[in-house]
Amino acid sequence: MQKSKPWGRFWAGVRSEVPLLLGVAPFGMIYGVLALQAGLSPLQAQVMSSVVFAGSAQFMTVQLIASLTPALVIVLTGFVINLRHLLYSASIAPWVQGLSLRWKALLAYLLTDEAYAVAIVNYRQNGQRDGEHWFFLGAGLALWATWQVSTAVGILLGAVIPSSWGLDFALPLTFIALVVPGLRHRADGLTALAAGGLAVVLMGLPFKLGLVLSSLMAIGVGLWLEGRTQ
Amino acid sequence: MIWAIIFILGGLTYLIRLAFIVLWGRLRLPGWVQRALYFVPVAVLSAIITPELVTYDQHLALSFSNPRLLAGAIAVGVAYRTRNVFLTILVGMVAYWLLRWLLPGA
Repeated sequence: MQKSKPWGRFWAGVRSEVPLLLGVAPFGMIYGVLALQAGLSPLQAQVMSSVVFAGSAQFMTVQLIASLTPALVIVLTGFVINLRHLLYSASIAPWVQGLSLRWKALLAYLLTDEAYAVAIVNYRQNGQRDGEHWFFLGAGLALWATWQVSTAVGILLGAVIPSSWGLDFALPLTFIALVVPGLRHRADGLTALAAGGLAVVLMGLPFKLGLVLSSLMAIGVGLWLEGRTQ
Repeated sequence: MIWAIIFILGGLTYLIRLAFIVLWGRLRLPGWVQRALYFVPVAVLSAIITPELVTYDQHLALSFSNPRLLAGAIAVGVAYRTRNVFLTILVGMVAYWLLRWLLPGA
């Protein structure tokens, strides 16, 4: 094995993650701004970005803290929102089975929406060759560093950025850029439509349960369509 | 109390992410679950995106006066045609700003 290979794959992972960072960075900054407005100290806002390290759950937490929600409800809500990572974990697991526990522990920490999206595409293209975990590490660390720095910038900017700029809209745009190019088969597109439609119908459910329920039902739709076409 | 929320939620989130990566050998998933995993990203991300696009000021807004819906539709078109993440976000964001400026009452 060539010595340069791990770093080559590491930087390939960083490069693949870069376009997504443009959507993540404004999101991290807005999180920083909103966290202070909700009453978190700068230290708490920054520590949450590295301990929880999950954008939508952090936004939800900050919102609920601002509206004086009981701590137990906040933790449960964040847990439900992050349950999707269980499915990412199961999806990425077969590709990382050859690694040491230390590597698994590190990559699990970096398993966010955006790192997962880039890593799973790479695994499906390149298979489980030696060194592809370096690609995952590069993508994950690029995202991690961007999230920490953009949180810090948001905390520093404080209330200087007015919310009227609507920078939070970069988040759904990021997800659109991730999902749409991956819609290759009819079952993919109909799964996306089912998930979106059901999520809107179930929007009123408490604790973001609508997100979990509509995702599960749409996965059922996808499986059913896939079974029919075979 | 905020510190407790941060560390408990952080711990739970880490366990969720770690679960299958560590238990994969011992916890064998049935075939249909593995096939279901293929649909996970598209289902979850679509379920996150859509409510963000069809609501404006926390209300359901399925009309052309909703700049998020229009800008989102434009972004979907750009993503489909170009498959370029950066271009999708850029065009979507510019469209959003323009539409908010152009549309009355938005």
